[in-house]
Amino acid sequence: MASTCKSSGSPAIQTRFLRKLFGEKVAVKSLTLEVSPGEAFGFLGPNGAGKSTSVKMLLGLVTPTGGEARILGFPAGNVEARRKVGFLPEHFRFYDWLSAEELLLFHGRLYGMAGSELYRRVPELLELVGLAPHRRRRLRDFSKGMMQRIGLAQALLNKPDLIILDEPTSGLDPAGRRLVRDIIKAERSRGAAVFLNSHLLGEVEVTCDRVAFIKHGEVIETRSLQPNGENATSFRIRAGNLRPEMLAGLERWAKGIQLHDGELSFSVISSESIPEIIRYLVAGGANVYEVTPQHLSLEDLFVQIVGPDGGL
Amino acid sequence: MGVWIVAGAAFREAVRKKMVWMALVTGAAFLILFGLGMRFQTKSMARAPSLIRGQVPNALLMVGLYAVDLLTMVMTVLASSDALSGEIASGAIHAVATKPIRRSELLLGKWLGYVGMMSAYLAIMLGGVTVIAYAASGATALHLASGAALIWLESLLMLNVTLLCGTAFSTLTNGVIVLGLFGMAFLGGWVEQVGALTRSVHAVDVGVIASLIMPSESLWRRAAYDMQSPVVGALRLSPFSNASVPSHTMIGYAAVYLAVALALALRYFGQRDL
Ligand SMILES: Nc1ncnc2c1ncn2[C@@H]1O[C@H](COP(=O)(O)OP(=O)(O)OP(=O)(O)O)[C@@H](O)[C@H]1O
Ligand SMILES: [Mg+2]
Repeated sequence: MASTCKSSGSPAIQTRFLRKLFGEKVAVKSLTLEVSPGEAFGFLGPNGAGKSTSVKMLLGLVTPTGGEARILGFPAGNVEARRKVGFLPEHFRFYDWLSAEELLLFHGRLYGMAGSELYRRVPELLELVGLAPHRRRRLRDFSKGMMQRIGLAQALLNKPDLIILDEPTSGLDPAGRRLVRDIIKAERSRGAAVFLNSHLLGEVEVTCDRVAFIKHGEVIETRSLQPNGENATSFRIRAGNLRPEMLAGLERWAKGIQLHDGELSFSVISSESIPEIIRYLVAGGANVYEVTPQHLSLEDLFVQIVGPDGGL
Repeated sequence: MGVWIVAGAAFREAVRKKMVWMALVTGAAFLILFGLGMRFQTKSMARAPSLIRGQVPNALLMVGLYAVDLLTMVMTVLASSDALSGEIASGAIHAVATKPIRRSELLLGKWLGYVGMMSAYLAIMLGGVTVIAYAASGATALHLASGAALIWLESLLMLNVTLLCGTAFSTLTNGVIVLGLFGMAFLGGWVEQVGALTRSVHAVDVGVIASLIMPSESLWRRAAYDMQSPVVGALRLSPFSNASVPSHTMIGYAAVYLAVALALALRYFGQRDL
């Protein structure tokens, strides 16, 4: 999959105990994670969890207080590493005296792109993000969503190996959100790794291979998002002759155990414990009729993992 | 390479924001006023004693040059005070500083853009004033080249200090600090001159200390000394007496000062979180 990545071999992103303090304030406590080349990775967490700060450390905008970060095999902040990175900042702002086209030309030159390549790439991208009719308009007159679109285009100029998007869908209309989804999928199949910060979990769910949940600047859980029951963590069992005293014994494998009208629901750490649970129930004299994995949306998962308090 | 791209953008910004045009329009208005003033003054001096008559045009030229000096300094500060702080505050810097370009290239690119614009402005205004003065009354500046170089150095000083403050303070604060320093140096310069005329050692010390804190006025007064006819200075026909002329050491100090300001700006901007 990562065949077009020049830097395949080294992880797209690798951090170890990455830490940032702003004065006394801990913005990122200890971030350890790895993103493979060609992987779409969702970076989730409540407001103020340290997502944007982490991204800024990866790109060299913010100097870490401690720990290590590498992107595409280079130390974070290295100028060479940034040659193959595309970045859409959280609040995309730009020199608003430039037109859409001039903006892309300027950024392309900063990437060191040659004239011919640049003049081919810029119209292509304006077309992609739907701004071709507005290419000569000053950014000053752009709406928030149009700004976001031009920001997206500048992040793709150099056909990057790693694309970092900090809330790319903020301010976008439904068509724009679909555009972001399509771009992420296209870039991923081109072989680029995508690192996505977003609060729109539905979108993360359909675009990402893996997600990390962070809270207070620490990864508290990483999950892969394969679309099958393997990863389901909640189950419902319909059974007869279930006696309440059997429930206590289930706590070895499961948590959140509830019994309603002969329906038992619980969540487990791993679906591998399901056979054992069934054996246990049958041995206890229950008649098991049906075991149903519960589809847990990413949003449920988020609340389950991060907690309803958010974490501010 | 990156330096030139950024310099070009800084220039384009000034054009697009109509800064360049406004500077040119107000500059032209100033030159016209200056020409008219020079013309009428020369006419009304026709019956004055010849020694005075010979020297007054040079004194008037000095006043014109002083106005150009002040204009250039204020323009430099106003134009560049938003260069870093504005982009840091708006977040516009995020997309640029994450491109494969060093922070130093980003800063030097902007610096180069402003140096170019400021030099062009200074050349037009200085050229305009000297040509008009000569045409109107035959007045010439004594050592125009060295005077011009010193004024150029002064605006470089203002630019570097503004950029340095721009790495740490907001646009408005930056302007207040740099123009405040400039004003303090200006006042210090006058205190020093008056002190020298009245032989007050302490007043001269105050002026020297002000120049050490901000050597802008020293550069101007040295430039004035170089360009002014010695007779004008001796007769105190212009406001720039040669009672206390900044030494070469002070000029050297100013040159080191402005280089250090740029070096510190590069250092702080290179390290700070954006
Ligand atoms: N420059 C700064 N100075 C001081 N504190 C900061 C700075 N930048 C971020 N913080 C703090 O660090 C913490 C993490 O901020 P960050 O922007 O990384 O959060 P986030 O996860 O991106 O949140 P959101 O989902 O709201 O975008 C917050 O508590 C924030 O107040
Ligand atoms: Mg954020």
